[in-house]
This record gives sequence, structure tokens and C-alpha cells, in this order.
Amino acid sequence: MRRHLLSTADLSQDDAVLILDTAEEIARLAARPIKKLPTLRGRTVVNLFFEDSTRTRTSFEVAAKRLSADVINFSAKGSSVSKGESLKDTALTLEAMGADAVVVRHSASGAAYRLANAGWTTSHVVNAGDGTHEHPTQALLDAFTMRRHLGGFDGRRVTIVGDVLHSRVARSNVQLLATLGARVTLVAPPTLLPVGVANWPCEVAYDLDAVIPDSDAIMMLRVQRERMNGGFFPTQREYSRRYGLDAQRLARLPDKAIVMHPGPMVRGMEISAEVADSDRSVIVEQVANGVSVRMAVLYLLLSGNESAIGHVAPQEYPHENTESKGAAA
Amino acid sequence: MPAIPSGVPERARTVLDEADISRALTRIAHEILERAKGAEDVMLLGIPTRGAVLSRRIAARIADVEGTTVPVGSLDVTMYRDDLRLKPARALERTEIPDEGVDGRLIVLVDDVLYSGRTIRAALDALNDLGRPRAVQLAVLVDRGHRELPIRADYVGKNLPTSQRESVKVRLREHDGVRHDAVYLGTDPATESETAI
Repeated sequence: MRRHLLSTADLSQDDAVLILDTAEEIARLAARPIKKLPTLRGRTVVNLFFEDSTRTRTSFEVAAKRLSADVINFSAKGSSVSKGESLKDTALTLEAMGADAVVVRHSASGAAYRLANAGWTTSHVVNAGDGTHEHPTQALLDAFTMRRHLGGFDGRRVTIVGDVLHSRVARSNVQLLATLGARVTLVAPPTLLPVGVANWPCEVAYDLDAVIPDSDAIMMLRVQRERMNGGFFPTQREYSRRYGLDAQRLARLPDKAIVMHPGPMVRGMEISAEVADSDRSVIVEQVANGVSVRMAVLYLLLSGNESAIGHVAPQEYPHENTESKGAAA
Repeated sequence: MPAIPSGVPERARTVLDEADISRALTRIAHEILERAKGAEDVMLLGIPTRGAVLSRRIAARIADVEGTTVPVGSLDVTMYRDDLRLKPARALERTEIPDEGVDGRLIVLVDDVLYSGRTIRAALDALNDLGRPRAVQLAVLVDRGHRELPIRADYVGKNLPTSQRESVKVRLREHDGVRHDAVYLGTDPATESETAI
């Protein structure tokens, strides 16, 4: 049975805690002179990136290499994708090369699910961001960072601020943090909240100043201008004044609260440079923790004859066409 | 006869009781000191989880005898095992290497049961990635035979002739929540693979 990591909603509390605990043990190995582990020797991990990313791709590459897997980087630019090849044909090509895991980033929401369940590939699929849907390993590394600083999740209050509408990080985080027992509040202008947010396991607020004193962790989201084709707020300055984190707001956070950002940051927009570089900011730590968490995910998915975590493919995929069924076994 | 702890086959018999285990660990502590001519550069590394418990007990006995404390840590070998692909993915255990480091030291690996020798092979590989010890020795509470690799123990609590259909279960107070330490020998093919191998 192939299992995948497509969404944080697929993870039970036990799964999530297992990933965080495994990452914690792996992080302890990072100080050793020889950081490489032999665990995934002979396995092949393909980084299939249809969208630009430096942080996530590098992080997955380092994670796979530290576990001794062979890594093939496959990005849309300079590949047949730019010549018009579809996700399906790319997947079939990779399948023929014998990839054990495919780490996929795509601009279309649901691309990772399609790749995992359409019967095009027998690899484990790890979602590294699909459109505005999910980015589970980012949420896991955020949770890992929070647990280290806050001690646990029970009753901890996490505030996520900004462009929730376009943010796969926010979606993944809300699901995962709810599973782990934290209380999440989303703060955004009404235009940057998705339809149906009332059904998410979190609260919604529009006034950042009212929420700040009650936050154990505050996560600032980037305003994703590249995904915007309308007027979501009047001016950059007004957005920044109402929803940006500056030194004054930082001073009103509780003493031990931490400031997070999934990156890339736009300094001066959602977060001031002063705050980003302050000692409350754990943004650089988030990047470092990303490698440990991704090693844990690859280890738990790939090392055994059965994965310890993840999404189990449904028996029948509704859109599956008959010709590709043979490869699903 | 006390109740059988969980995970131990029903008709298992006790092959080592608390006093036997205590005497065996005391003897091993003395043997380590005798062979090393003191405790100077000795470091104990227990293989989780019960080996780590045993290594702390041996360290305490060395401290009683010599009056010096030897560094003691734990070494998880899961990532180095050769049977990872034969079983579902499993959780990692704690690796804790004392600040002194392993370079130039006499490392004594400690485990509860020595069986196929594959765990120790993995431990030697793991140790190799941590540094270069002066020498590596092995202490086990029970040697049950059936080696699959050219590995032997330097210090053995008890040599226990077994058949491969039997299972050896070690239960320790600190780890298993039992009232008395004991080693059990029983026949339970269903749980045999769970034994430390």
C-alpha cells in the first residue's frame, strides 16, 4: 500500500506527533561531524517543481541527501514541461525511471492528489505546495518550531495574519494545529479570507491589535501579489498599517511569544525589518528545522515496507480512466 | 509466582531473577574495570531502550567500586539496521552521546539480549559516524546464541542456550513498570520477532 503526504488533514494526532518526535531525534544528529545516515541508500527521490522555490526544494534536497537517497531535481524551466508536456506525461516518464518518492510542487490546487491517485505512478507522493491548497511539510516544520519554543500545543494560541486566501501554508497550519490541540485565530482583511473559512477549525478576527496580547505565536503571511488579479486592499501602506507587524505591535506581544514567517518575506509590507531581525523572530530557525522535519517525513514514508504515516489512496479514483488502471497496483 | 508482565508468553519461565541480574551487572562492572585497568577512558553506550537502562546501572556500579563516574549515553541504531525494508517504518529512539565524545575512548556497548548480532553490526556502523574510539567492547545481559554475523560479546551476564522458536524477554523496573527485574524464556512464535535481535 503506497502512502503519501498530501494534506495535513490526512494526519492523525499520533501521526503528527510521531513526525515531530522523529524530527526531534534527527535534529540531534545535525551536530555530528558526519551528518549523513545510510537509511535510504539506493532509493531515488525526485524533486518535481513546476513552480519556483529555493527554500523548499533545497530543503528537500538536503533532507534526501542526508538520508543517502539519490536526488533528481526536475524543474519546469528547462524541461519538457516548458515545451507543453502535461503532469501526466511527466509522471509517466519519472515512473519509467523508477522514482521511490516524488516531491511535487505545482501551481494547481490538487495536483499532488491527482498525481498520487490517478494511477500514473507507484511512487510515494509528498506535496511540497499545490496552488493555494496545502503545504504540509511547511506546517509540520512550523509546528516543530512552535513545540520547541512553547513546550506543547494544548491551549496555546497561534495567530496567523495576512493573505489567508492565497496561502497554502495557512490552510495546512490551521488543520495541523487544530489536530495537535492549539487554538488558531486567523486575522486578515475580509477580502483576503477564503469562502468557507467559517467551517475551518479556527476563529477569525479582523482587528490585529485586539488579538496580539493573546498570542503565544504569531505567524505573518506574505501578500502573494503574483496570485492577485484584483483589488484586495486599497494601498500597500494601508495594508501594512492595519495588518503588518512592526516594533510597536511586537512590544504588545506576551513576553515569551515568538514571531514566525514561512518566507519569502517582504520586509516593510507584512513585517518590518526590525521585527524580522529581532530576538523574538524564529524565522531562520524555521528554515533549519525544515531539513529535520523533511528527513522525518521521508524516513517515515520510505524506510519500511509500509509507511508509518500519510494518506491512503482510495480504492477507486473517480476520474480515473481505464487505460491507466494497470499501473495503480 | 508473581504475575507475568505484558508481552511475555504465558508459560514462560524465569531464567534470571532480580538478584541474578544484579549480580551479573556487578560482575560485568568489575570485569570492565579489570580489563581496562581502571575507568579512565571508559564510556558506556547503551542500545535503546533496555540496553540504555542497563548501561546506567553498570555505570552506577563502576562509580561504587572505583569512586569515579564514567560517561554514559545511548546509541540508537534504527537508521543503520539492515532489516528496515522488511518491516513497517518505525519510530526512532534517543541517541545521547556524552560531551566528551567517542574519539580515543574505550567504548563499551551495552544491550540486553545478543541474538543474531545484527543490532551490534548496526551499532558499530553508527559509532563509525560519530568518531574513532580507541577500542569497542560489548556487554550483554543475555547471550542466547544463533549468531548470523561474526560478532561476540566481551562481557556476558548469562549464556542461555535457546531454540529459535523460543523468545527471550527482559523486563526492567525503570523501563517496563514491573515490580521486579526478570528475564523470561518462553515459546511464542507470534511475538518472537519482537525480541531484541
